[in-house]
Order: sequence, then C-alpha cells, then structure tokens
Amino acid sequence: MADTSAQIQQQQPSRSRDLDKLLLRPGNLVGPRFEPGAELRDDLQEFAKVLVVGAGGLGCELLKDLALSGFRNLDVIDMDRIEVTNLNRQFLFRLEDVGKPKAEVAAKRVMERISGVNIVPHFCRIEDKEIEFYNDFSIIALGLDSIEARSYINTVACSFLEYDSDDNPREETIKPMVDGGTEGFKGHARVIMPGITPCFECTIWLFPPQVKFPLCTLAETPRTAAHCIEYAHLIKWDEVHRGVPFDPDNPENMKWVYDEAVKRAELFGIPGVTYSFTQGVVKNIIPAIASTNAIISAACALETLKIATECSKTLSNYLTYNGSEGLHTKVTEFERDKDCLVCGPGIRIELDPSITLQKFMDLLEEHPKLRLSKASVTHRGKNLYMQAPPVLEEMTRSNLTLSLFNLMGKLPKDIVHVNGMTSKNDQKTSCLRKLRVVFKGIDGVTDMDTAGGA
Amino acid sequence: MAEPKVKYDRQLRIWGDQGQAALEKSNICLLNCGPTGSETLKNLVLGGIGSITVVDGSKVEVGDLGNNFLVDEASLGEPKAKIVCSFLQELNDAVKAKYIEEYPDKLIETNPSFFSQFTLVVATQLVESSMVKLDKICREANVILIFARSYGLAGFVRISLKEHTVIESKPEHFLDDLRLNNPWPELKRFAEGFELNVHDPVAHKHIPYVVILVKMADEWAKSHGGRLPSTREEKKEFKELLKAGMVAPDEDNYKEAMESSFKVFAPRGISSELQLILNDSSVEVDSSSSDFWVLVAALKDFVANEGGGEAPLEGSIPDMTSSTEQYVNLQNIYQAKAEADFLAIERMARNTLKKIGGDPNSIPRATIKSFCKNARKLKVCRYRPIEDEFNSPNLSELQKYLTDEDHSFAVGIYILLRAVDRFAANYNRFPGQFDSAMDEDIARLKSTSISLLNELGCNSATLADDLINEMCRFGASELHAVAALVGGIASQEVIKLITRQFVPITGTYIFNGIDHKSQLLLL
Repeated sequence: MADTSAQIQQQQPSRSRDLDKLLLRPGNLVGPRFEPGAELRDDLQEFAKVLVVGAGGLGCELLKDLALSGFRNLDVIDMDRIEVTNLNRQFLFRLEDVGKPKAEVAAKRVMERISGVNIVPHFCRIEDKEIEFYNDFSIIALGLDSIEARSYINTVACSFLEYDSDDNPREETIKPMVDGGTEGFKGHARVIMPGITPCFECTIWLFPPQVKFPLCTLAETPRTAAHCIEYAHLIKWDEVHRGVPFDPDNPENMKWVYDEAVKRAELFGIPGVTYSFTQGVVKNIIPAIASTNAIISAACALETLKIATECSKTLSNYLTYNGSEGLHTKVTEFERDKDCLVCGPGIRIELDPSITLQKFMDLLEEHPKLRLSKASVTHRGKNLYMQAPPVLEEMTRSNLTLSLFNLMGKLPKDIVHVNGMTSKNDQKTSCLRKLRVVFKGIDGVTDMDTAGGA
Repeated sequence: MAEPKVKYDRQLRIWGDQGQAALEKSNICLLNCGPTGSETLKNLVLGGIGSITVVDGSKVEVGDLGNNFLVDEASLGEPKAKIVCSFLQELNDAVKAKYIEEYPDKLIETNPSFFSQFTLVVATQLVESSMVKLDKICREANVILIFARSYGLAGFVRISLKEHTVIESKPEHFLDDLRLNNPWPELKRFAEGFELNVHDPVAHKHIPYVVILVKMADEWAKSHGGRLPSTREEKKEFKELLKAGMVAPDEDNYKEAMESSFKVFAPRGISSELQLILNDSSVEVDSSSSDFWVLVAALKDFVANEGGGEAPLEGSIPDMTSSTEQYVNLQNIYQAKAEADFLAIERMARNTLKKIGGDPNSIPRATIKSFCKNARKLKVCRYRPIEDEFNSPNLSELQKYLTDEDHSFAVGIYILLRAVDRFAANYNRFPGQFDSAMDEDIARLKSTSISLLNELGCNSATLADDLINEMCRFGASELHAVAALVGGIASQEVIKLITRQFVPITGTYIFNGIDHKSQLLLL
C-alpha cells in the first residue's frame, strides 16, 4: 500500500474542493483557451456575471447550480409571482411565499444558503429593462417557457454583436446564451454563440406554432372535450360577457367556462370535460416535473461554466432529452442561417445624409423586410428616439426633426438598433432589428460595402 | 379543491391520481447524501414521495458547502444525514423524513435485513464491492435498487431488480387502434350505412375518414381476391382512388383519409414485441405469478381465440373531420367492441386465477380495463444482477461499443468508473484524488483499465489516453451540476418505477458531461 504520504498531505479545506479539480488542473479534453489555475477560479468568482432569465422551474435550479459552480455574481429577472402550482418543482419557494415575486424570493433563498454569492433580483418584464442592461453580463442563461420571451432575449443578445469588414463576428461583442426548456419528461439544452452557432431565430422552426381548432368546428361540429371547452372559452364567453375580457387566472371565470363546456358536452354526448382538463386547454398548461427541470438546468449550468472557463469541451450545440421511454439524449450540431435577420450582419439601408430621424422612421414602416412601426431608435447605446416611457419620449422628441447623419455623429456608416412593432402571423409582436445604415455619397463608403443580408 | 391537488397539478397531468397515490405510498432509502443523493431526494420530496430514510455516516465538511445545496455553513461538523434530512423536510411537510447516521458500506456489511423495509433504495457513490453486495440483498428482498454515481464530468445510473412490468407505458408515438386493415362486423356495418357518392356536399365532406377507408378497403379487397394493397404500386393506386373520390378540393375528411391510408396497409395482428411477451415462460402461470402475468396469460388466450390474432381493441379514436353525431356514433362502435373484448379478457383472467388456486376477484376491474386498453403497449424490463454484468458483460456488445466512435467515450467512462474502484481498493485513494501523485496515478489507472479489459475478454482493446487523463483530473470530485443532472435522472427513474408508468432505463446510462454524448450501454 503505497502513498500514504499523499493522504497525510491533505489539501486545505476549501469550499472549492471539488470544483478545483476541474479548474486548477490541466486537461486534454478542454477548450482552446483553458488556463488552469487559482487565478481562473478567482476570476470566475470575481468577474463572471451571469443573468438568469426566469425564476421558475428552470430558473430556481439554474441559480442554485450556478452558485455552486463557482459563479458569485448573478442577476435574475422574472415578472411572475409565486403560485401554489409551482411548489412541486420550484424548490426555492414555500407555501407561505405564494403571491411574492419569484425573482426576489429565489435570490434571497440561494444567498441565505450559499455565502459569498450575490444575486440581484429584477421583478419586472424583460422588455422593461434597457437594452444596455443586458450587455452587462458575460453570459445569459435562459430558463423560460415561452417562445416570445426567448426570441426577445435572443434578439437583444444578438444586437450587441458586431461584424468586422469581412463579415466575421468581432469576438468581444459575442454575448453567449445558454437556453433550456422542458415539457413533461422531455427537454432541450442549447448553447448559442451569436455569430458562431445558430441563434434562436436561425432555428425557429424547432418550435412549431401551436395548432388551433377551426372556429367552425367549435361552433358547428364539436367532437371532443377540448372543442366544447374552447367553444365556451372563445365563443360563448364573448357572447355573454360583451366587452369583458376573459381572465384565465380568475377562478370564477374558469368555473364559468367549465360549466358552459359541460353543458355543451352533455348536449352533444361528448365525454371527458373535467375542471382540470378545462384549465389545461384554456391556459395551455404544459405539464412540468422537478426531475426534468433539474436535468436540463444542470446541463445548462455545466455549459455556462464551460463557456466561462473553457474547462471542458462545449456542447455543440443542441441537446435533446427524452426520459419517457428509457432515456434518449442526442446532440445535434445545427447550422447558422447566414441571412438571419437577428444574428446576421444586419439589414443594410442606404440613406441620403439629409434624412431626418422622423423620415427614417417612416422608411422603416415601408421597408419590405421590416414593416416596423412605433420605432424606438438607439445608436451605440444612446437613445435617439424612445416611444416610452413618457419622460424619455419627451426628452428625445426634439430629435425627430434633426438629421440622422448628425445624430449618429457624422459617421459614414454604422449599426442602428430599432425596437418596435411588427406583424407576425397576423399578430402584432414587439421586435428589435439591427440595421447597417450607410449614408450615400459620404467619404469612406464605396460600392464595396455590399456585405450582409441586405 | 384540496391544496395538494393544486400543488401537484402540473405532475398529476403526467401520472394522474393513481401514479401520485403510488408515490405517496412508497418508502425510499437513500444511501450517501452527497449532492448526487441529495438532489435525487430533493426532486422526489417535492413531488410528494411517501417517506424517506437518509443514510450517511459522514459529517458536514467545508468542501460539502461548495457542492451540496442541502447543507449550509451553520451545519459544519454536524451529521450530514441529519442536516440533509431536515432541509428535505422543509421542502414538503407531507413527507415522512428520517435519517440514520451510519456509513452505507457498513450497513450493507452488518445489517442486510435493514433494506427489506423499503420500496426502493437509491444507492449513490458506492464502490463496486458494495454495489455487488447490496444488489444481492435487494434482489433477495424484492426491493427495487437504483445506483447513481457522479464522478467529475462523468457519471452513471443503473437500475437493478429481477423484473419490472408496465401496463401504462405511455409511448409518445404509437399507431392508433382503428382496425382499418381488419374491421370487425359492427364497424363494417356502420360503414355500410354511408354512401360515398352522396350528393349533398355538406354530408360528403363530413363522412369520417375511418368510414371512407373501411369502405374503400372493402371494395379493393373484393376486386383483389380478399387482399389489401401491399405493393408500392397498389398503395399508390389506392391513394389515387381516394383522391378521385373527392368532390371538392377543401374536403378535409378525404385529405385525412389519404394521410391515414397507411393504416389500411399495416400488417394485421400483434407486434413482434408483444409476441415476445406472449411467448415468455412466465405466461405459464402458477400461484406465485403476478397479476401482470395472469393477465398476459389471458391475453395470449384471447389473441389465439376470440381475438382472431388481434389484441383487445383500445376503444378510443382520434379526432377527425365529421359531424358531431356521426363521430359520437363511431366512438360508440369502438367503445362497444373494446368493452366486449375487455369482458372476454376478464372472464379468462378470473378463470385463470381460479385454476391457479387464487381468489378469482383479486385483480380489480380497473386494472383489467387498463390492461386491455394498453395491451399493445405492454413492457417487460429485466435487469442482470450487477455481479453477472461485472464478471461477464455481454462481450459482443462491449466490443462493438469499444470500436464504435459514438460510444467510445461512454464505454471508456464505463470501464474507467470500474477501474477507479479497483485503483482505490489497491492504493487506498482514488486516482488523482491528491495533486501530488497525478503522473503516477495516470499510469496506474491506465494499467488498471487495461487489465480490467483483459479480464473481460477484450484483449487488444485500449482506452483513449485523453480520457484516462481526464478521469485522473476529475479525482473523484462530485461537481454540483453533474450531481444535479445524475440525481435528476435517478429521481426520474424512481418515479417511473414506483408509478409503474412510462418505461424505465434498461442497461447502464453513462453520463458524459464532456460533450454530452451520453449513451445507454446494454452489457
């Protein structure tokens, strides 16, 4: 039995006992810029700043996992309050927390248990934050259950991306994202390096739109319990409560829809309408369990650690998980869409140097690729015009009559971000677009500037 | 509505009241409450598992604060089992939580009967010798066993028990049971009540596609000596005939019929997977047989006789374009047949029970109903004793994995996780556990793994040096994120096993946190 000396020579007790093995020791299966050592660990603790978007099933796990993976500077943003139905998986919340903001309780609970970790909660909508807020983080980790929210954060993160004259992404402007999602026993985890790996928008087809029932089926030939429920919810409600919007979180409203659905089902001899099923259909409830959230969040946290330290290979770039029949995991390397409006080099717009900001905004409404109304315009983090809040609108209103060229510091060409409303599948959605503005006839611009997805 | 129902709403939508009741009745034992074990139980306690017993002999150390959320600074020096247990209790007061301050290895050695009180044991971070002993104990006592281990960026989950049978396997994609290729007389008669050439366009576009296909298939069979379309040309021709039956381009029922025409072409009778279950020797039932096998025996009888080669009808139909009345009538036809099939199976099962000397009413009707509804989806999972797998793994599979690019890391991790235990048995430490002996440990781990491969019969096989290096670098560390992932999988398997829904992992799941190319190894 050799090497008892090694056991005697115990290392100093440290919280980082296990993580140090990974961060302090050299390895062969690591990222190209992995520099093991105490400095790496200390830098991770001191400088890496991660934003966790969502403090729900994934977010709670992510905060815990990141805090126990060497990260000490975390922010969490979530607009929701805690509900009883969260408690079967969102382990940072207790019954007495119901009604409190998720972000605040989650941050507090993790800080109580792990000393040295600082978590700043943001109890607000993701759209309420200035774009620059998001630029403050080294990595953004997404624990969301909505496509719209993912799309928004993706657009924000990609808006920081700059390209050099050869259309190669400038590394220091890449804002990495790690995204997780679950449904029942299924889930995915992915790494998005804007400009290098596909962004959320490049592979938007991975999230097919929800199938809706034709209204004529609901009104004339209902066949299933869901048809009866949707009839009560989408047709009967409006007939009876003219002008009063249906509130899915109001139990009386839900009960009304349920009762109406039962009546209709009885009328047509259709089985299967229950209160629980009514809630499921009306609120489009996605079943959720603790284990899948734990698995997917852990994969995301591990990838976040790898991006920050390069201590191992990175997931490249999309992991699908299915635990319902045995266990199937698969890694797929998706490809970027080179013409992607969000992470691509941007839409090139050629403008006359004399154009005013107002005229420019009118152009955005007419532009076939944009059709963007109610635009707010920012240039290099500076607000040129803001639709809201009223204070900012008032402050920036006078810019509307000024020349865009002057407002942009007389640069011959530069990136401008516009935030506004656009129509998607007949629905108004907020969107953010990146434009490569080029002023005609100004020195330094030639016909050679034809790069990008114009 | 009662509070627990609301609290568990999102999971009740997956496993229902019955699954939840099974969880709430179960009694789980956890061995070692490091992060892997703690995270496993955390997920189960949140979901409302009945009772838990945490077994761990160690005290909370500073290093534990960096990888386990269930211990905190105030608990330094306290028994880890006690601290973890009290935090788990805080998560859900409906769960009965207790702890035993004892090293699992010692308990396995000195008190094997301890384990027989549990429904299931989750054994984390055990070394090979303890795994083998515990496996024997649990098999003897009919206690379900799950092993889980996190090791650096690697890990594994392995279930062990003699047999696990599933009625509600709930597959995601499974062909609906419409019998379009083999309609029974009532369905044929129902279809005959429709006229495909009906002049009223509204009536025409509301003929359910099931009716269209049954009628068209019948017509085809009449002109083809009783056969259904089987060759590529015939299938194409059949679809053309369907298309020709459309009177307007917007007839969704005809579009559905064309999309579903493959259901007419599908072979009749039961799947080969179900046939394997019917051929299993357990179908020869006696007084010691489980309800599942008594029902399978009845199913075998049914398929051979009343069923005419088919399993009992499932009895539900998907939504399809139709008038409400016709849809409801069609549904009733399917339900009536399913009910008749169920009664036949029930009769056979009760007779069988009588024959083997049991109470003919011992199996509840609801169970038989569920069995009939899911007869096509039955699953039987069997697990080799750990010792057998360790001593004589399936050699051809092992050799296949060793030479297959997709499996090379996973099988490397599998071998190395065994090699580190041998290393530890020989040198009293895990390879790379201490900084001072890294180079020496790498060389020793390499030779240990080579001799292990030799013993298993893979004489010329070697593992990638990079992976051996990496394993030493890991130095038996238990990283929180890896533990949360491995523990998450372990808890998911507990749920599947206890609820008897969905299909648990068979084989060993190797977690590969290096590039996430994890694999299931069947050895």
